[in-house]
Amino acid sequence: MKTEFILEAALAIQQIILANENALESLDREIGDGDHYINMKRGATTVAEMQADLAPLKPDEALNKIGLKLLSTIGGASGPLLASFFINMAKVLKEKGHESNLKIATAFASGVQAIIQRGKAGIGEKTMLDVLIPVSNQFVLLATQNCDIKLICTSLIHTAEQGMLSTKDLIATKGRAAGLGERAIGHIDPGARSCQLMIETVCKLVLDK
Amino acid sequence: MKKFINNVDNVLVESLSGFAKAHSDLVELNLEPNFLTRAEKAQNKVAIISGGGSGHEPLHTGYIGYGMLDAACPGHVFTSPTPDQMLMAAEAVHADKGVLFIVKNYAGDVMNFEMAAEMLPFEHATVLISDDCAVVNSTYTTGRRGVAGTVIVEKCVGSLAETGADLQACKALGDKVNNRTSSIGVALTSCTVPAAGRPTFDINETEIEMGVGIHGEPGRRRETMRLADEIIGDCVQTILMDFKTRNLQATKKHEVLLLVNGFGATPLMELYLIYNTAAKLLNLHNLEISRSLVGNYTTALDMAGASITLCLLDDEIKQHWDSPVHTAALRWGK
Repeated sequence: MKTEFILEAALAIQQIILANENALESLDREIGDGDHYINMKRGATTVAEMQADLAPLKPDEALNKIGLKLLSTIGGASGPLLASFFINMAKVLKEKGHESNLKIATAFASGVQAIIQRGKAGIGEKTMLDVLIPVSNQFVLLATQNCDIKLICTSLIHTAEQGMLSTKDLIATKGRAAGLGERAIGHIDPGARSCQLMIETVCKLVLDK
Repeated sequence: MKKFINNVDNVLVESLSGFAKAHSDLVELNLEPNFLTRAEKAQNKVAIISGGGSGHEPLHTGYIGYGMLDAACPGHVFTSPTPDQMLMAAEAVHADKGVLFIVKNYAGDVMNFEMAAEMLPFEHATVLISDDCAVVNSTYTTGRRGVAGTVIVEKCVGSLAETGADLQACKALGDKVNNRTSSIGVALTSCTVPAAGRPTFDINETEIEMGVGIHGEPGRRRETMRLADEIIGDCVQTILMDFKTRNLQATKKHEVLLLVNGFGATPLMELYLIYNTAAKLLNLHNLEISRSLVGNYTTALDMAGASITLCLLDDEIKQHWDSPVHTAALRWGK
């Protein structure tokens, strides 16, 4: 992984978040409190504007800096959760290196683990983890099997989408929608949707290379 | 959306600046990171710090001052503040007796305060507010939300801290008041987050949202609009049932504090009408309202609606509720 790729991904993520303003806002209005898009936009824009600061850094340093910036920019639940992801992923990349798909997958999984611990949530609670946990498991599995990175990315796009769609039929037990009971059924979780969009965007960048 | 706005991105900072100017005798504003402290920093006491998303004014900035908070950290509208705000606020106001965070129980607030607490170099504790009985607690959920009962906790804990009580005593009183307090809200309209530009949820002229949260997040049930007596009757019943389920009883004096809180767009005239109904019902249940508060104390931007909060008083809580307080939004005895 190169810092150049992280910068490219940051710009692509900002674009996809901005392009999905209406979709994310309406999902959050249905079962949340209407601030998800605004927070994601603030985070994505801040990171996109860090290009010059990040460019000279090593990949792990860049991810760590992104994490710390998100922690003081986004707020809400997404702030500490996404920040924990980047900070922990950076930590593992620094310790173990980033020269193979497996090392990157392991670091990604450790980032997801940090979200699980911070949010005290797991799979099936109608949150971003319904996307991130399956994606992380699949990433580690395929990387362990030495699969080609393009095949991995194609598969992860599919896994992320399945995970996002799975939140539709769930009752929320974490987050703002937890107060809704059965009324949350039939609505996709906005956090799961934005995570799926970000994963799809990064994977497509790899596929286009 | 029809609101007093210059630039939607500056609403919070312009509002905080106005607040700081209007109450320059009481508070001092720091921007980037955003936090407010008392104009005169207190000595020899536990530092009481609260914070949360903006849009609930006067919560929490309006409660900075003698007898309540030492500092408050306002986040963006309906979005929790970030750990750097809490760290800088704690740095600014701590007086060697530790820091007590008062946090409303929402995933974002809990996580951001938790991360701040982990990084804090001083002794600290947290009181988590969870007075909203509309959201049923279970091991599977985030738990009950913190709503207008926060004002009672901040008042009582703030009063105890002024006496020089230690951190554990302040936390214990905060936990006790929270435990003896129960609230439920009802919305007649939605609210509009300035940056979103349109109402958070749709609700028509004949509907009400029972158990609504202070961010306009839906409650448990959408109901048909009814007479005030019927709506308030349901609210009071829900609160009394909550106390019963949690095995909480009033003391022998049967004293309660009744807080009728407006969400931002309900006139005081209606809030007093609600109070009148609630008072009659509570008397029927042999409860004596020995303390009361009516007004906009924990709002949800421009939502029409109100919440009812009951606190089962004992001598200690009563003493700390009655003690002098001097803040922008609550002031008596000083």
